[in-house]
Amino acid sequence: MAEETKMQDVELHRDAALERSSEFENPGLPPHRKRQTDLHPEKAKRAERTVFTWFLVSALGSIVAVAAYIAVPITPGDLTTTRMNNLLLGLGIALALLSIGIGAVHWSKQLMSDEEHVDLRHPTRGSDATRAKAVEVFTLGDQESGFSRRSLIRNSLIGALAVVPLPAVVLFRDLAPADEVPTDVFAHTMWEAGTRLCLDPTGTPIRAEDVSYGSAFHVIPEDLEESEHPLDEKAKAAVLLMRLPADALNESPERAGWSYDGIVAYSKICTHVGCPVALYEQQTHHLLCPCHQSTFDVKNHCKVIFGPAKRPLPQLPITVDDEGYLIAQRDFTEPVGPSYFERLHDVDEDGHVQVAGTTTEQRA
Amino acid sequence: MAHRSKKTGRRHPLASLGLLVLGLVAAGGVSTVVGQVASADASSQAPTQLTADDGEQLFQANCASCHGVNAEGTPEGPSLIGVGAASVDFQVMTGRMPLAFSGPQGMARTPQFSQEQSDAMGEYIAALAPGPDVPSEEVLDTADANVANGGEIFRINCAMCHNVAGAGGALTEGKFAPDLHDIDAAHIYEAMLTGPQNMPVFNDDNISPEEKADIIAYLHFLDENPSVGGFDLGSLGPVSEGLFIWIFGLGGIVAITVWLTAKPN
Amino acid sequence: MTTTQSPNAAPASQAPQQRKTVTSWAANYLDERTSISGVTAYLGRKIFPDHWSFMLGEVALYSFVVILLSGTFLTFFFDPSMGHTTYEGSYVPLKGIEMSIAYASSLDISFDIRGGLLMRQVHHWAALLFVASIGLHMLRVFFTGAFRKPRELNWVIGFLLFILAMAEGFTGYSLPDDLLSGNGLAIINGMVKAIPLVGGWISYLLFGGMFPGVDVIPRLFVLHIMLLPAILIVLLGMHMVLLVLNKHTQFAGPGKTNENVVGVPIMPVFAAKAGGFFFLVFGVIMAIAATFTINPIWNYGPYDPSPVSAGTQPDWYIGFADGALRLAPGWETELFGLTFSWNILIPMAVLGLFIVLVMFYPFIEAWVTQDKREHHLADRPRNAPTRTAIGAAGVVFYAVMWAGASSDLIATHFHLNVFQVTWVLQALIFLGPIIAFWVTKRVALGLQKKDREILLHGFESGRIVRRPGGEYIEVHQGLDEYESWKLKAFESPEPAKVRPDERGRITTGTHVRAALSRWFFEDRIEPVTKAEVERASHH
Repeated sequence: MAEETKMQDVELHRDAALERSSEFENPGLPPHRKRQTDLHPEKAKRAERTVFTWFLVSALGSIVAVAAYIAVPITPGDLTTTRMNNLLLGLGIALALLSIGIGAVHWSKQLMSDEEHVDLRHPTRGSDATRAKAVEVFTLGDQESGFSRRSLIRNSLIGALAVVPLPAVVLFRDLAPADEVPTDVFAHTMWEAGTRLCLDPTGTPIRAEDVSYGSAFHVIPEDLEESEHPLDEKAKAAVLLMRLPADALNESPERAGWSYDGIVAYSKICTHVGCPVALYEQQTHHLLCPCHQSTFDVKNHCKVIFGPAKRPLPQLPITVDDEGYLIAQRDFTEPVGPSYFERLHDVDEDGHVQVAGTTTEQRA
Repeated sequence: MAHRSKKTGRRHPLASLGLLVLGLVAAGGVSTVVGQVASADASSQAPTQLTADDGEQLFQANCASCHGVNAEGTPEGPSLIGVGAASVDFQVMTGRMPLAFSGPQGMARTPQFSQEQSDAMGEYIAALAPGPDVPSEEVLDTADANVANGGEIFRINCAMCHNVAGAGGALTEGKFAPDLHDIDAAHIYEAMLTGPQNMPVFNDDNISPEEKADIIAYLHFLDENPSVGGFDLGSLGPVSEGLFIWIFGLGGIVAITVWLTAKPN
Repeated sequence: MTTTQSPNAAPASQAPQQRKTVTSWAANYLDERTSISGVTAYLGRKIFPDHWSFMLGEVALYSFVVILLSGTFLTFFFDPSMGHTTYEGSYVPLKGIEMSIAYASSLDISFDIRGGLLMRQVHHWAALLFVASIGLHMLRVFFTGAFRKPRELNWVIGFLLFILAMAEGFTGYSLPDDLLSGNGLAIINGMVKAIPLVGGWISYLLFGGMFPGVDVIPRLFVLHIMLLPAILIVLLGMHMVLLVLNKHTQFAGPGKTNENVVGVPIMPVFAAKAGGFFFLVFGVIMAIAATFTINPIWNYGPYDPSPVSAGTQPDWYIGFADGALRLAPGWETELFGLTFSWNILIPMAVLGLFIVLVMFYPFIEAWVTQDKREHHLADRPRNAPTRTAIGAAGVVFYAVMWAGASSDLIATHFHLNVFQVTWVLQALIFLGPIIAFWVTKRVALGLQKKDREILLHGFESGRIVRRPGGEYIEVHQGLDEYESWKLKAFESPEPAKVRPDERGRITTGTHVRAALSRWFFEDRIEPVTKAEVERASHH
């Protein structure tokens, strides 16, 4: 090793771990061993033929792919044709690509020189001369512009640069409607007094007598399709309707009258991060969220019994109208779905159970 | 030993796949054994026209210990009064009843009884109190069912437990929603109608008979039309895709890099 | 070196009169306009060391190229609009269903455009491979200490590429507007909302009002095909430039030192291998895409806020975040009329901290070891036991979170209780890394001991010989000098001692650093010395 390429001349920091340099001498590169293809010309010839064959196969693969594209058209409605098109086209192209790869690698391994070469490394830092030059460039720049000297204009430039992105920040305000603020849109749903509970997706109103024990009805408000943005409304208003035997339902006094004859309606939107909670077990009366396994107990106002959610699912107060159809008594008393910072502003005192006060029996 | 532990940490995906394969093989083995025993039972019965009385006898011999001598239920098993013939047909003919062993839920296996025996028990149960009847041929006819509508109803009412492709999924505390591939139309229908075990009931006011037929048509469409993209990796979604790319995709490519950099002789 | 020359007059200094070929004409034409010969001269015979683990970054690069190619194809057919339409394409189970234009055009790509499904599957498989190969590449760099000076900055750039790759993945995953991706966005919305003070606003602005709105897909599309790839390509360029400047690390070996690089020249061997490897990677992706379904969007149906599928999971690289959410405790506080969702904020903070630690690890280790030298020799992981153990602990931590995201599938496939699976994983997230750290360190030290044994006494040859005295012994075979060098050539630092600084004081910082240094280097196996080898050879 030439002396000047040594890089270990950096002084060790006084706290640096003590280093034991190896006592042994590097034996240097082992002698080069010739390959079979170096020693036997006929083997080199064979390797050449192999590479040629691979490249030939590759061209064949490309032709297969083009042929498959033309010969296996997609017949609308016939899924087999789509599957065959995907399979044959893909395999043809894969064959074309893999064969080029195999051929090229075989070529490089068997026929190109496999002699190992040595390059010297140089310290990454620039040479002293270069560094001095760089310092000089900056010094000259500073002197000629007066960047350090004229502190008034320098500082005002920094100030101006700091302020210049501000318009970009306000520019993004209209990503969402300017005449509303987030809490307005999060807080309320389509449900109001008298809104009929209807089946998702048909919109058929539901009679109380049709909800048999053990049923789970997926519910949307009537006229959902007529609203301006049905999906947005549905994302807040989706409800699950279940009927429990009277002895299974432990209703708190504040919420007496929120159910009808054992029929209860709860928001489907998980209070954790907002997946639809809809896995209803009709014997245990548990509701499971398939995304993060939060489990709610329908018997006890959908209290959380397992998982990362904290708050119970909001309950929709329901009753029946003159014709026996299930209707909402009012909107939810709290915002549905995941928590947000200002959430409590929109919580109606009616029937709201303070989270901090409830003792959720975790992992029941 | 310690060496192996270290590797487990680093090759987690591989390990879980290995376990997965092992688990599947084991599960397959168990079900085969159980199936053989059960089919021996079934074949020993003579297939003749059976009546509700025969049904009662079969019930007393095989079911009464848990469901009570009058099907009124015991702490071991629920009351069967009013569950209807549909429920009997589903539970018995999917092999869930009689229970093979007590666990979080009854598992499908080869039925222990012949269709005639099951029908006889169904007649007996239906005679105790009215309940949903076994669906008729016309109801199950999916010739002019709307597959697209079936898919939509399925996604809204069923997919959260059974998975959009009917691959099944986990419920609480060891319970699960089973895989829905290659299930008899009548059994799909009966399951919706009767809500076996923890499955909710989907009565005709919730999902109409036509919509139930649409769902059956959709599920059978999935059975008959394998994925257009090739093997479906169990339709389990991104998890099986992720395991696949790590083990076979990246694994295969690492094998290529080893070949690529190996010294030729 | 001549500056002006007519194209016809070849320089007199060029000794052999070259034949006029098209190639030479083109090369000359180009060089006279770009001085490209300089680049060729500089790069053409650069040496690249040959080791399989050095190809992992290339896998990432090549899958990125495949992603660009297939993605370009997809943009010609994909329409990112969230406007409503009724599907009338050829997939019967969705005929007549209301859906967004984005979802409908994804279905058309899958069912009605020849090769469309193939390109979609190539794109998605390549994306999964892209992130996976970056991950494996990072593990290689970490466990061999290849992030040390002068490569710390390139580690940071690489780390940013990893984050960008995940962002690309997530934005792409959301574009088809199917049920699975829609629920993914719902989860993101829920997480964003939990951020104190600004969360609600971010969600509101991101979705253009209420979730899901009609804006988010086109916005993600712009990020996915323009902004993120542009940043990614710039960083990728910087990553490559730094790679060329720093030259590749190599494992210690005969003739290989910290001052040289031994391997094959780019022209022609490395170019052929790397070029061939591109086709191999592309070919493997293509073969997988031809035969294995990925993201069957037609099963999921259009996004609708009411349904959800069992097994709703993100793509694997987001899995660790989803798992963290699943394993978090259900804590939430209402304070001064404000809501703090610890069940979301804690996992976000833990993930953030984990990510920051990974990103700054090179600087942390350098501070502990105070090693200011350049390192071009890759460590064998066993020779840096503490670092290897830290890495193993990190991998286990990540893997537990990843397993957390599949807790329901683990439960169904092994017939377990999903609650119990969650509890076990919650325990493992704390215990797993500790156990992994301890075990890995022991294993690394054990392997060092074994190396030492082999150096001193050779390896067991399996040949049993009977001695004249009747006793049987197994012949130990010594290594030749080249093989033994691989085992000898490593540094084994001793912990730093507490020493006073220039002013004779010992600061708290010095104490902390000395303590960390002890923790990092204390457990070590003494390297073999010359004297020991000589003594052993006399036996």
